[in-house]
Amino acid sequence: MLEINNLHVKIADEDKVIIRGLTLKVAKGEVAAIMGPNGSGKSTLSYVIAGKPDYEVTDGEVLLDGVNILEMAPDERAAVGLFLAFQYPMEIPGVATMTFLKAAMNAQRKQRGQAELTTPEFIKRVNAAAELLGIPKDMLRRPLNVGFSGGEKKRMEILQMTLLEPKMSVMDETDSGLDIDALKIVAEGVNARRDPEHAFLVITHYQRLLDYIKPDTVHVMSRGLIVKTGGPELALELEANGYRDYQSAA
Amino acid sequence: MNAKVTPIRTAAETALIERFPALKAGLPGPAGPREQAFATFMASGLPNRRVEAWKYTDLRAAMREAAPLAPKPDAAQTIVALKGNSPLAGQGVVTLSFVNGYHVGTEGTVPSGVTIVPLAEALGSGHPLLARMGTLALAQGDTALALNTAFMTDGAVIHVAAGAEVDGPIALRFVTAGPSAIATAARVLMVVESGAKVLLVESHEGQGKLAHQTNTAVEIIAGDGAEVQHVRLGLNSEGAVALSTLTADLGAATSLTSVNVALTGAMVRHQVYVRFSGGDARAQINGATLLQGQQHADSTLVVEHAAEPGGESRELFRTIIDDEASGVFQGKIIVQPHAQKTDGRMASNAVLLSEGAAMYNKPELEIFADDVACAHGATCGALDDELLFYLMSRGISKAEAEALMIESFVGAAIDDIAHEAIRDVLHGLVQDWLKARAARINAGAGV
Repeated sequence: MLEINNLHVKIADEDKVIIRGLTLKVAKGEVAAIMGPNGSGKSTLSYVIAGKPDYEVTDGEVLLDGVNILEMAPDERAAVGLFLAFQYPMEIPGVATMTFLKAAMNAQRKQRGQAELTTPEFIKRVNAAAELLGIPKDMLRRPLNVGFSGGEKKRMEILQMTLLEPKMSVMDETDSGLDIDALKIVAEGVNARRDPEHAFLVITHYQRLLDYIKPDTVHVMSRGLIVKTGGPELALELEANGYRDYQSAA
Repeated sequence: MNAKVTPIRTAAETALIERFPALKAGLPGPAGPREQAFATFMASGLPNRRVEAWKYTDLRAAMREAAPLAPKPDAAQTIVALKGNSPLAGQGVVTLSFVNGYHVGTEGTVPSGVTIVPLAEALGSGHPLLARMGTLALAQGDTALALNTAFMTDGAVIHVAAGAEVDGPIALRFVTAGPSAIATAARVLMVVESGAKVLLVESHEGQGKLAHQTNTAVEIIAGDGAEVQHVRLGLNSEGAVALSTLTADLGAATSLTSVNVALTGAMVRHQVYVRFSGGDARAQINGATLLQGQQHADSTLVVEHAAEPGGESRELFRTIIDDEASGVFQGKIIVQPHAQKTDGRMASNAVLLSEGAAMYNKPELEIFADDVACAHGATCGALDDELLFYLMSRGISKAEAEALMIESFVGAAIDDIAHEAIRDVLHGLVQDWLKARAARINAGAGV
């Protein structure tokens, strides 16, 4: 599904190198976790996959189902089935959440050559997804993310993921700022979409999220590289021992 | 020593001075106020960038020539002028139409509690409310307003009786049209008595590309407890030099909301003078301006808190500037020594969509009282890259994402209009502007 080969990334207008030859594969149906200390390049990796313009890829490739997506604009990447759940979702005053959701869903359908959703069909889908994620209706009527709590914003990210139906979802520290109840709801949203056709790359600092989203694979990232790969037990080991071993090893 | 200073007059100034004596004889009403106003103009000439209040909008340079004051249109010209569809058509319970500054017809029913007299008629008959025209000291000395007073051809005197709750908007439609560039000067006085509620909507529509010189003024005098809403739409001809002035004198516990939406015209300047004459009034003064090409738009605002408690003023000006266009915001809040407890907040935010776009922000506070809360903020920058990335990461194209962001940005200044249908019309005009921009970008990309 997702294949990253020898990826080198620096900040666009600076010499600062953040990712130095990272290689990673996420198979169809797999839930992979990336754990690592602050500053290891986890968020940068998620941004580069989604196409944020602040970074420059100096070498390597990112393939989604065999197609190099690095030359694509962020909206084109979304249309081919990529989704990034943001660590800090943006607020958009004056744009109602429903308007935004409809614009996003129809924009992707348009890029894929599908017909726009009818309003009743759109509302049906939003209501079903909102109910699953415990999102009250009045939240959907408010401007996108404006005045939402941290937990509400993350739930809104998962709602978008559910409605946009990506095949590859990257979740950038979705657990940060969440209380345990919100964490469970977010995890349920991910677990509901777990099947042999979808893949997830879950980026997190703490093991806690992985109690609710059980990963198939755990990667440890440090200083812009994957320094160790293992099963779920690796996450537990990190929780017990911390990242110190990997920081010095890198 | 008595050195006589003879200012050097421009061609436009000379033309105005030469024409005034003959024009004033033909214009309605007593000549005295016109002469007095013209003397104000004579003393200063056309304002230029050496005058602080006009530093960024050089009217003298923009008005190379003084277009002739439009004559009253005949029936055929009126029909042609009114043929185009007004975006606000059908919104007023009563709509007064003006062509080239002259009242040409009234449609609908004047709501109960409201009387409307065309200004030419009011001037001719010596309407008693005219005693209150031009009485706001704050605006005296303003050259644009003085020129309007000197040359005003027609307009309306509107009276809203005490306690009247006017159901539906009073609409004024000003159309400028003709085969060559003309000057117009329309004037409106609206006196809203105690406790009355009213919504006044003006639209200024110019056709074609001609460099019409329009100068309109609206004066609002609000009695204690009155609630006044005001919406102004500027859709001038492409080449227009359009000046407009709003003055408002607010009694105790009044509320005023005024939103100006400026879209077309080569050089437009909207001036607002608001005085809190009674205690505890509230005013929300907004502007939404979208500029492209070589357009220049100026919003100049003076708000004076002159009573105790000083009341609450909120000013929100949002400007979108594309291509080589330029915008100006000059906002001044004055808090007089006795206007304690004044709460004033002024914001001017501009988004520059191109390298060549320019914005001049000049917020000022003059505070002479010691127990007040006043703040101003002026920002100017590009669209937020982070937000653009967020929207695009959801599959929304760059053009559509920018359009959503622009609409959201200027929409904030429009959303204070309580009247839903009018608000929707204005949002629709913003969307039209964005569609035209997208078409320009696509056309440019195709070359």
